[in-house]
Amino acid sequence: MNFDFSDEEKQLREQAQRFLRERCPASAVRRVLDGAARYDEALWREIAAMGWTGAAIPEAYGGAGMGYLALCVLAEEMGAALAPVPFSSSIYLAAEAILAGGSEAQKRAWLPRLASGEAIGTLALAEGPGRADVRRLRTAFRNGALSGEKLPVPDGDVAHVAVVAAQGERGPVLALVDLAAAGVAREPVETIDPSRAHARIVFADTPAEALGAAGDGERLLRRIQERAAVLLAFEQVGGAQRALEMARDHALERYAFGRPIGSFQAIKHKLADVYVATELARSNAYYGAWALAADAPELALAAATARVAANEAFFLAAKENIQVHGGMGYTWEFDCHLYYRRAKLLALALGSTRLWKERLMSQLEAANAPL
Amino acid sequence: MDFEDTPEEAEFRAGVRAFLDSAARRREPGEASVYRAGLERPEVRAAAKAFQARKADAGYAGITWPKEWGGRGGTPIQQVIYDQEEARYAIPRGLFDIGLGMCIPTLCTWGTQAHRDRFVRPALRGEEVWCQLFSEPAAGSDLAGLRTRAERDGQDWVVNGQKIWTSGAHYCDWGVLVTRTDFSAPKHRGLTYFFVDMRSPGIDIRPIRQISGQSHFNEVFFEDVRVPDSQRLGAVGEGWKVALTTLMNERYTIGGRTGAGVDVGDLMELARRLELEDGPALENAAVRDRLADWYVASQGLKYSHFRTMTALSRGETPGPESSIGKLVIAARLQSMAAFAMDLMEQGGALTDPKLAPMAALFQETLMTSPSSRIAGGSDEIMRNIIAERVLGLPPDVRVDKDVPFSELPAGKR
Repeated sequence: MNFDFSDEEKQLREQAQRFLRERCPASAVRRVLDGAARYDEALWREIAAMGWTGAAIPEAYGGAGMGYLALCVLAEEMGAALAPVPFSSSIYLAAEAILAGGSEAQKRAWLPRLASGEAIGTLALAEGPGRADVRRLRTAFRNGALSGEKLPVPDGDVAHVAVVAAQGERGPVLALVDLAAAGVAREPVETIDPSRAHARIVFADTPAEALGAAGDGERLLRRIQERAAVLLAFEQVGGAQRALEMARDHALERYAFGRPIGSFQAIKHKLADVYVATELARSNAYYGAWALAADAPELALAAATARVAANEAFFLAAKENIQVHGGMGYTWEFDCHLYYRRAKLLALALGSTRLWKERLMSQLEAANAPL
Repeated sequence: MDFEDTPEEAEFRAGVRAFLDSAARRREPGEASVYRAGLERPEVRAAAKAFQARKADAGYAGITWPKEWGGRGGTPIQQVIYDQEEARYAIPRGLFDIGLGMCIPTLCTWGTQAHRDRFVRPALRGEEVWCQLFSEPAAGSDLAGLRTRAERDGQDWVVNGQKIWTSGAHYCDWGVLVTRTDFSAPKHRGLTYFFVDMRSPGIDIRPIRQISGQSHFNEVFFEDVRVPDSQRLGAVGEGWKVALTTLMNERYTIGGRTGAGVDVGDLMELARRLELEDGPALENAAVRDRLADWYVASQGLKYSHFRTMTALSRGETPGPESSIGKLVIAARLQSMAAFAMDLMEQGGALTDPKLAPMAALFQETLMTSPSSRIAGGSDEIMRNIIAERVLGLPPDVRVDKDVPFSELPAGKR
């Protein structure tokens, strides 16, 4: 039994943690939150220079080829630091989509630029509030042209390339779009977490290429989402752990009724429950990491399990962190809301808990998996 | 990451399998393991003892104990591997958990070489069974509040009082016993630890009828029971320290045990069989939502256990994730059982195994699960442990810490 990260991966984690504590304190997150920038460009350049953006991209396409376990470790630290950069959009979604479905020419055109951080990518699926049913998308891709509206698109206003889910001539399709092309109109939109950029993108006869074989769009999208769900689960576990530590530290320092509030069982038991949820989520994320790295047939079930656990753990940790802080936790000055915002944003990013529970159950039934 | 044994582990596992194939029968698919309840029957206990003797002779009892205690001097991962393999066989389990898991390690830690020479071997071979005489009617989670009195009389001590929740007291040979020897000292400082022959004159054992109707536990009454001073472990007044040795071992024993009762697979099976008002239960959105929750928690525990095993396999101390199992399992058992019965509507109240689905598994779990949330550290105590030892939060304020025991207020119950 070797259900743990290797020594090299653990070293990478420590290195990432040290770097991000130094370079990405809450003040850096707040700079983006307060609207001074759409993302932290200096931080983005530095993590790209360290090879993080190319961590799981093969060397043949300009990546570092460190593999998915390394990327999981980095994701956990990026999540803990609430890093205000387009890492998840560009790497977990766009680069993964091109790796999974791209032609050799598409890979050569985009992967080296995504790996180096020179280009930013994203995936555009949602079309406003409500379920993004891939079979009922209004955005259409016909004869090499894309038309429709996507809202919200993570990092949509800063990205250079987008993978866009659309209705093709033969069912759902993914289209690869150079966002510098004619017929792309985009504007920033506000979300619950302004520390991460989101945009509305309107496509009007925009030139685009199909990504993957015709008729394969739905399967491909699902596969991309499953892989991203594992990586995002690590971000969420990192965030949950940091929110828990923040609540613990406050409970030790804040006195009420003549004692540290952390000596009251109402607080102790609450934080014990957050700890349990976070550990369950972490263990499920580990299994997802194994399935992702091994490209195992269990990935679909493992990803859904990791996502449901991570969605719930991070939101629990974030909301109880505010609760433990009391009135102070509700002020703009305290950092509690940064985690609360990010927790809900990530829980929606790839589809809700409800949606992933349904996927999980379908997998259980289909596989008749041993429990 | 992988899920394979190391070559050494694989070799150990092969040895274990060879032994088990020679000494026991594999369980049939779906055959439940005999645990606790069956031990009430003398013939089941006899079979358990016969197997234990072979197990000890083959070197698989006391795997992690040092050789000077009479153990194998093996590693925790070897114990885990043995337990995994043994679980596949139809062997009555649980008779020796308390003795070998808690009592004998305490005796070996605090007793003399003469004690080890006399007691370890018979316990390892299952010839002598041990029980734990700790809890009292007024001392459960607050164990140090116990009142059973021991008074010195020549070379003996005379014990009077009452213990409760003693598993198997009526068929045990020996018991470990915590008593109060100084009522004028603060509560943790007036205790003394003994072991006692369960057939001593003055011991009266009465079964407790549980809410499930079964009787796994006893009340044990002591009336002028004489215990030789040579059966004292640790110094007079130092009994709390000795008791902590036992309790630390208890957490390991109970934490390492896989939960009995229903699991998510049982609930899936039920949902496949039952029809609700809008079709098969397994297609109902509310049912699927809850099933997914429980599946996610069960997988989280499974992989937490894998992480613990990985640490053990590397010879490291497991991280704090190993402390969450009991808390999660116990509460989940109760809620799964209750939800499953809801799916059966009014008929869910039936408990006859011939009438209730899946031999009344869910109804039985509903009635046994409250004990899982209490025994071996209640949910509340487990949360305190996580908060204090894992998260580093302060201990509870203790108003009874420096007060003589005799001056502490006692409640009405």
